[in-house]
Amino acid sequence: MEKYFQPEIECASQEQIKAWQDERLVKTVRRVYENVPYYRQRMEEKGITPDDIRSTADLHKLPFLTKDDLRDAYPYGLLATPLSDCVRIQSTSGTTGRRVVAFYTQHDIDLWDECCARAIVAAGGSKDDVVHVCYGYGLFTGGPGLNGGSHKVGSLTLPMSSGNTERQIQFMCDLGSTILCCTPSYAAYLAESIYERGVRDQIKLKAGIFGAEAWTEEMRQDIQDKLGIKAYDIYGLTEISGPGVSFECSEQTGMHINEDHFIAEIIDPNTGEVLPDGEKGELVFTSITKEAFPLIRYRTRDICILTRKKCSCGRTHVKMSKPMGRSDDMLIIKGVNVFPSQIETVLMNKGYPANYQIIVSREHNSDKLEVQVEMTPELFSDSVSEISKREKELIDALKAMLGIYAKVTLVAPKSITRSEGKAVRVIDNRNLY
Amino acid sequence: MTIKQLSIFVENKAGGLAEVTRTLYENNIDMRTLSIAETPDFGVLRAIVNDPEKTAAILTEAGYICKVTPVLAAEIEDRPGGLNKVLELLSENGINLEYTYAFVTRTADKAYMVLRPADNESAAQVLTNGGIRLVCADELFRL
Repeated sequence: MEKYFQPEIECASQEQIKAWQDERLVKTVRRVYENVPYYRQRMEEKGITPDDIRSTADLHKLPFLTKDDLRDAYPYGLLATPLSDCVRIQSTSGTTGRRVVAFYTQHDIDLWDECCARAIVAAGGSKDDVVHVCYGYGLFTGGPGLNGGSHKVGSLTLPMSSGNTERQIQFMCDLGSTILCCTPSYAAYLAESIYERGVRDQIKLKAGIFGAEAWTEEMRQDIQDKLGIKAYDIYGLTEISGPGVSFECSEQTGMHINEDHFIAEIIDPNTGEVLPDGEKGELVFTSITKEAFPLIRYRTRDICILTRKKCSCGRTHVKMSKPMGRSDDMLIIKGVNVFPSQIETVLMNKGYPANYQIIVSREHNSDKLEVQVEMTPELFSDSVSEISKREKELIDALKAMLGIYAKVTLVAPKSITRSEGKAVRVIDNRNLY
Repeated sequence: MTIKQLSIFVENKAGGLAEVTRTLYENNIDMRTLSIAETPDFGVLRAIVNDPEKTAAILTEAGYICKVTPVLAAEIEDRPGGLNKVLELLSENGINLEYTYAFVTRTADKAYMVLRPADNESAAQVLTNGGIRLVCADELFRL
C-alpha cells in the first residue's frame, strides 16, 4: 500500500497542479522583478515586464539563468528577501573561484524539508523508522536536507554525516537503522563492508535513498541484493534547494518532480527551444515557492527526459529520468561537482603546462580522480624528494580547489595526445550514463 | 671541485629507459656511471657522461626533460669502511645527503662515490679537510 507524506498535493489532479503553478509563477516573477535588480535588468533586456507573464504558458518568454549568472551575482545579487529574513546558507561543492551560495528563510527550509519528507515516505518511511543519514553535513545540502525531511516525517534521525565506516556500521547494528541515506557509491561501499564483517544479519535496513551522483541500474541491483533493501533515487541541486527536488516512488522508473514548488522544462541545450514531454534535453527549473533565493529558468545542464505517463504509485507529478549526461563538462566525482576548468586553473597557478588529462574511474564502487600532467624543465629536479614535494603541493592545491583528493601522475613531455580540434581533457571510464 | 651530473626524467613505462639509452648510444655518449631513482610513476636517471652540456642539448632536442646538476665525486678506499668514512665526516658536520651512488673503474684500485649533499661547498671543504680526495671530471674520464 503506497504511502504519501502530503497525498492531497502528491496525488493532485493535473489541473490543480497547473493552477498552483500559474498562480505561484506569476507571483514569483512579479516579486523578483520588484526586489532583484539582476532579474529586472535581464527581463528589461528581453523587453518583458511581469504583466507579460500570466501563466506557465508564458514561461518561455523569460530569460534563462545559468551557473555563471549565479557566480556573477555572488553573494547577494539574487537575494529576493532582506538578508535579515534568511536563516541559512548552503553552498555547492567546488566551483571555479567563486562558490555558489543559496539562501533560505525558515519557510524555505520548511518546504525543502517537506520535499525530502515526501521522498522518505515514498521509500516506505514513517515515524517508526530510524533514518540513518550519512550524506555530508555542512555547506553540502545532502545531510541537512534528508535530516530535515526525516524530522518532518517524525522518524528517529541519526545525523551520522559521512565517513568513519566502522562507526556507521556499529550504529546501524546497535540502533537498528531502517532507512539509509547517502551517495550510491558509499552505499555500495557500506554493503561490501557489512558483508566483510559478516554482520548482514544484524542490520535492519529496508530501504535506501541514494543521490548526489549518477548511478546505473546495475549498481542499484547490486546494492539491493547485497543489503536486502529497496534502493530509491533522489535528485536535487543546491541552487534549487537541495535533495528532494524530485524523488523515486515504488515503481522505480523515474523521479517525481515536486511540481507544486518547481516547474520543470526540457530545452534543446543548443538553441534554448522548449521541447515537448518525452524528448531528451536539458532540464530547466523555475522555483515558484522560494522566498529567499527563487531561480527563474535555471539551466541545470543535466540531460534527461520528462514523462507524464500515469504512475502506478498514484502520484501525479511529472517524472524525470535519471540524468543521462551533461550539457556542459561538469563531472560528478564522489558526489562532488568538478569542472575541468578548476583543475586547469590550479595547474596554471602552479606553473604546469595546459596540456593535461583528467581520468575518472570507479574501483570497487568508489570514484577515483587522476590528473596526468606533463613534466616541465622548471619543475624537474635531480632530487626525487624535490619532485615529490612539488607533486604534493599540487595535490594539496587541487584538494583545496575541488574538495576531493586527486592522484597526480607526472608524465613525459608531449606524451598526452594533442588533438586537432577540441582537446580531449577528460576520460571518464565509469560509463555512468 | 664539483662535477656535472646529468639528470633525465623517465616515465615509468615499458621501454622508457631504453628510449633514453638509445638516444645516448646514437649520439655516441659515453657514460662513466649512472643511478636510477624511481617512484611508482616515474624515474630519474642520473648519469655522469663525458660531455653533460652537449648531451643535455641533444636530449632536450629529442624531447626529454633533463637537468645538469653539480655534484661531488669522492675517491674512497675499495675496502670495508671506505664509504663509512665519507658518510661519518658529513654526518659529524651535519651535512644532509640527498643521494649517493658508487662506481669502480677498470684501471684504478679505488672506488668512487658520487655525492649530492645539500650544500656542495661546505661538503667539499669538510671532505677535503678530512683527507678525502675529490676527483674532477677530466680525471674521472681518464680513469
